[in-house]
Amino acid sequence: MTKAKVRSFFMYVFLIIVSFISVFPLYWMVSAATNKSAEVISGRLIPGTYFAENLKNLLANQNVGGAFVNSVKYSVILTLVSLVVSSLAGYGFEIYHDKVKDAVMSVILLAMMVPFVATMIPLFQMFSTAGWLNTTIGFILPTISTPFLIMMFRQSARSFPHDIMEAARIDGLSEIRIFFQMFIPTMRSTYAAAMTITFMNAWNSYLWPKVIMTDATSQTMPMVVANLTQGYVTDYGMLMLAVLICTLPTAIVFFCLQNAFAEGITGAVK
Amino acid sequence: MSKPKKMTLSRKHNLTGWVFLMPGALLILLMSFVPMFRALLLSFKTGVGAAMKSCGILNYTRMFQDTVFIQSIKNTFFYLIIQVPIMLIFALILASILNNKNLKFKGLFRTMIFLPCATSLVAYAVIFRSLFANNGIINLLLVKLGILNQPYAFLTNVWSARIVIIIALLWRWTGYNMVFYLSGLQNIEYSIYEAAKIDGASAVQTFFRITVPLLKPTILLTAIMSTNGTLQLFDESVNLTDGGPANASITMSHYIYNMSFKYVPNFGYAAAMSFLILILVAILAFLQMKVGDKRD
Repeated sequence: MTKAKVRSFFMYVFLIIVSFISVFPLYWMVSAATNKSAEVISGRLIPGTYFAENLKNLLANQNVGGAFVNSVKYSVILTLVSLVVSSLAGYGFEIYHDKVKDAVMSVILLAMMVPFVATMIPLFQMFSTAGWLNTTIGFILPTISTPFLIMMFRQSARSFPHDIMEAARIDGLSEIRIFFQMFIPTMRSTYAAAMTITFMNAWNSYLWPKVIMTDATSQTMPMVVANLTQGYVTDYGMLMLAVLICTLPTAIVFFCLQNAFAEGITGAVK
Repeated sequence: MSKPKKMTLSRKHNLTGWVFLMPGALLILLMSFVPMFRALLLSFKTGVGAAMKSCGILNYTRMFQDTVFIQSIKNTFFYLIIQVPIMLIFALILASILNNKNLKFKGLFRTMIFLPCATSLVAYAVIFRSLFANNGIINLLLVKLGILNQPYAFLTNVWSARIVIIIALLWRWTGYNMVFYLSGLQNIEYSIYEAAKIDGASAVQTFFRITVPLLKPTILLTAIMSTNGTLQLFDESVNLTDGGPANASITMSHYIYNMSFKYVPNFGYAAAMSFLILILVAILAFLQMKVGDKRD
């Protein structure tokens, strides 16, 4: 009995240490965003009153408002388009599957192995010829359709009851309306999971926007944060406020839809 | 009468299926496979823009004399070999602790350990850059505790810069992998653990005899994903150490980016290097699947 108690005591201590390490950098970020840089350097760990001043400095230094709007625009449009295209494809692969479609699906899965740097340069060339640098279409096009999402929706379509489909067909519903009016509402949790993961990836993407967003006015939030580290002297208060603003949307998604997000990253596995 | 009608109906459904999957499939063809093929063609060329000319395998032979590229391969594999196993073992241990039915505050612990995944890669790289800066809180703490006499330049010393990248990666991704294991553990009947307990199995025995074997497919998946991700590491190298000091912590993707968009662009050479990454990813995934199969 005592041995078990000792063991569970150490288990809790271990978990508390790990949790502390996980949370501390984020706490530090929030606290630094509200303090003067000099106070941050001196080790102040309590939230301060310098938030407004940091915000003023940040807005004077970088076009945060524009970048935030850009990031929201790119991420929301990408998420919506991607969900429709990928789920329609996953549905098509599963509901109407035959040997040829299954073979096409396995070729698509191979695309998961293609590292982004291997396609980045030709994509950049193609997109600059097409005049898509600094545009929303340029941002979204490479990641609208992903093997991961198609696989995830293909798996979920497997559990879509066949009887319902037959009944709908007899009622004279067209195939596309069965998809929009029956499949999407039934698979709400899969869509929530896919939405969180797609939005997070879109918001956080850095390499691709860095390649095609050559104008300062088209920049995204992560790019603005990265810009701020370029100077010789770092204003930690201002920098951490930018990091905080960049993290806020994904943190909100994380807290509101944590289970959907967990399901999203593990989604295609089941 | 009804037979031919049915035929046309199934043919119609077959066609509908193709229409549904076509946008997604075409986009993957155009955005993944076509560029990949063009990168391969590009890798045999040299020069800029319209003046590109064929150069045979020159780009490929050049790679093996490029000390920075060799350094970037070494760094990437260093991150891979050190960080991925530590992270996966750690995630597995955390998941099996959190799977314990009698544990209190389970949800709270899970949320806190999973929380780093809410940050963007750039954001956390910048946070860690600030934490480990010369005037950062880690140095302040180490000096105050008397462990260091003066601040240590973590980010401008060769080995400490690499280790800071590994620490940052562990922080960001351990919770992510833990979620995979937790979801895998939910599929294992809890009664197996209770039976093992009654039979007098120790925690360590249960971990190695039950948890690890039953989670093998999930472990394989996370290993492949982490390998894939580590070989493509970019954001951390750029924003945490800027590849420094003097390219000592630069990753392959970071160097390819520099070669394409930062220095005088050399798309042909960069494409050749990116193709090497593609081959490495494919080989490692293949090897991991082979190893995964063998233990069955």
